[in-house]
Amino acid sequence: MPVPGPPTAPPADRPTAPAADPPTAPAADPPTVPAADPPTAPAADRPTVPAADGRDGEEWRRPSPRLGRMRRAEVGLVGLVALALAAGLAGAFGSPVAVGASVAGVVVAAGLADNLLQRRVRSWGYLERADDLLVRRGVMVRRLSVVPYGRMQFVDVDAGLVERAFRLATARLHTAAAAGDVRVPGLEASEAARLRDRLAALGEAKGAGL
Amino acid sequence: MSRPGADLGSGNGGWHRLHPLSPVVRFSRALVGLVVVLGVNTAQARSGAGARIGDIAVAVVALVGAVVSWLVTRWRVDGVTLRTETGLVRRGSRQVPLARVQAIDLIQPAAARLLGLAELRLRVAGSGSHVRLAYLSQPDAEETRSRLLALAQGARPDAAPPPETPLVSVPTSRLAVSVLLSGSGFLALSVVAGTAAVAVLLPGAVAPIAGSAAVVLIALVSPAVRRVTSEADFRLADAADGLRVRCGLLETVAETIPRGRVQAVRQVEPLLWRALGWQRLEVVVAGSVGHRRREEPARRVVRALMPVGPPAAAAVLLERVLPGARAVPRPAPRRAQWKAPLSYHFLAGGHDDAYGLASSGRLRRSTAWVPLAKVQSVRLVQGPWQRWLGLASIHLDVPGRRQRATLRDRDANEARHLVTTLPELCRRARAAEASQPQAQVLQRRPQPAAPPLRATR
Repeated sequence: MPVPGPPTAPPADRPTAPAADPPTAPAADPPTVPAADPPTAPAADRPTVPAADGRDGEEWRRPSPRLGRMRRAEVGLVGLVALALAAGLAGAFGSPVAVGASVAGVVVAAGLADNLLQRRVRSWGYLERADDLLVRRGVMVRRLSVVPYGRMQFVDVDAGLVERAFRLATARLHTAAAAGDVRVPGLEASEAARLRDRLAALGEAKGAGL
Repeated sequence: MSRPGADLGSGNGGWHRLHPLSPVVRFSRALVGLVVVLGVNTAQARSGAGARIGDIAVAVVALVGAVVSWLVTRWRVDGVTLRTETGLVRRGSRQVPLARVQAIDLIQPAAARLLGLAELRLRVAGSGSHVRLAYLSQPDAEETRSRLLALAQGARPDAAPPPETPLVSVPTSRLAVSVLLSGSGFLALSVVAGTAAVAVLLPGAVAPIAGSAAVVLIALVSPAVRRVTSEADFRLADAADGLRVRCGLLETVAETIPRGRVQAVRQVEPLLWRALGWQRLEVVVAGSVGHRRREEPARRVVRALMPVGPPAAAAVLLERVLPGARAVPRPAPRRAQWKAPLSYHFLAGGHDDAYGLASSGRLRRSTAWVPLAKVQSVRLVQGPWQRWLGLASIHLDVPGRRQRATLRDRDANEARHLVTTLPELCRRARAAEASQPQAQVLQRRPQPAAPPLRATR
């Protein structure tokens, strides 16, 4: 399982990070779905179709490693605010024990949140096949979407404030079914543009034959 | 001057007005409101002449506005396009190529019905918007409708309308009984019975609960009443261009469900109906799909195909709207009852080369059929509890908000197999559909097919 890249260097600049680092270090993202390819599947039927759960790995593209850093920064910012609030509140009681406990609580919570978010970042993946785009995501609830290029209505590429700071963008694919829309976050700007153009071209080509 | 068929009056270049009484119907609701306000004010006699003059002025302005809007609205058929012009200040002109018209509905709200008027509503492929001609006199509306339909199908305008064969007709009495026996009707009955029981046993306690019981009752009864009035006198007929639906008690609707536009079919069997062997069939028709960036709530996308009826009639209709469906539902694995104990008994799903189907439900069984050619995306979703049990769900999304068939809680291996094979089946089904000439017209894609419309970077 290729991990997108080493998590950030020890983020010494954030007070909540020390707690965040240990959980992410063992990057043993537990095997997502039992790797067994469907034994009942008549594999001879479509030998070209890669395993849809993406265990074979190499064709799946992943968001930029900066997405992990971005999520950590978000946790860090929220954590700092929470830390200030908690410390201030506990300080009002004037007991150093309360201050210590609240700081520890915030740090632990931020660490847990960071752990979950890092695992979520690592769970994202997309695979461009001949006729459709596969997008997988999710840690607790795992999702795998298959969207045929011919069914795309349009493609969005947008970037929020935080995303722009990390030079990332999110690509969104819209179909006529509201529930069928998929997105891929944390793409490098060049990759987002490439994906957008490729999807648009493919949508045109495949959609025209409809 | 408002007879489109008759005195075309060469002087006005073939332009027609709407019926002179249309402003009355269009603003009947506003007028009713104003009349009520006026009546209340007069009865209370608390307001002086000034307030009354104000009310009257508002009413007059509304009426004048309605009349002006009628005066400046006109329409004509220009060879193969329908042109409408509206608006006094902001003049709007619209041209509808009749070849792109999917269906023409005839709608009669209660007020229009009293005055013998009807509205024509043209559904246009691609763009989700309707074009309305409100209102024409009823004979005119029917004549114009068949003329426009004939033009839309490339026939001569005076050709006879295509013949129809009746398929289903539902007596209103049976519809009323069926609504009483459905979930909300039954709940309403039990609320009444409960209140009555309390009244008998504890006369003192009635007053406090009567109010809330009434509120619950109104909330339960009004949708049921709406369903009875909108689907009363239901008749379904088979015509060359699709299925014709006629129904309604106060507001009557005559509409066509075009061939090849059915996105999904739902078969609903509430608990009490099953004892009588009754079913309800609904279709999901592509309403406003893909014409805006964000999808809009398409009005009345779900239409009843059979409000209530026996399984034999349902089977005939299913064969009619889903020709050649052979998919056999297979129940979910036994361990799914740990995850869905209340609905396990109805969980089933399956597919064949052209259709997918999935059923679920706790008390009422709901079975959804989707033509694989309409599927927009295939999704596999596996929650933590499902992973523990080795289960996963497959969603087959079709156009529209929350329209899909969900094969819930299948075996995880089977689900993974499905998510690899179903997209290929969908592709083949699409190709097969596109090769049919009829379907090609109906499947014309909206113009903004896929270009990158927005890039915010």
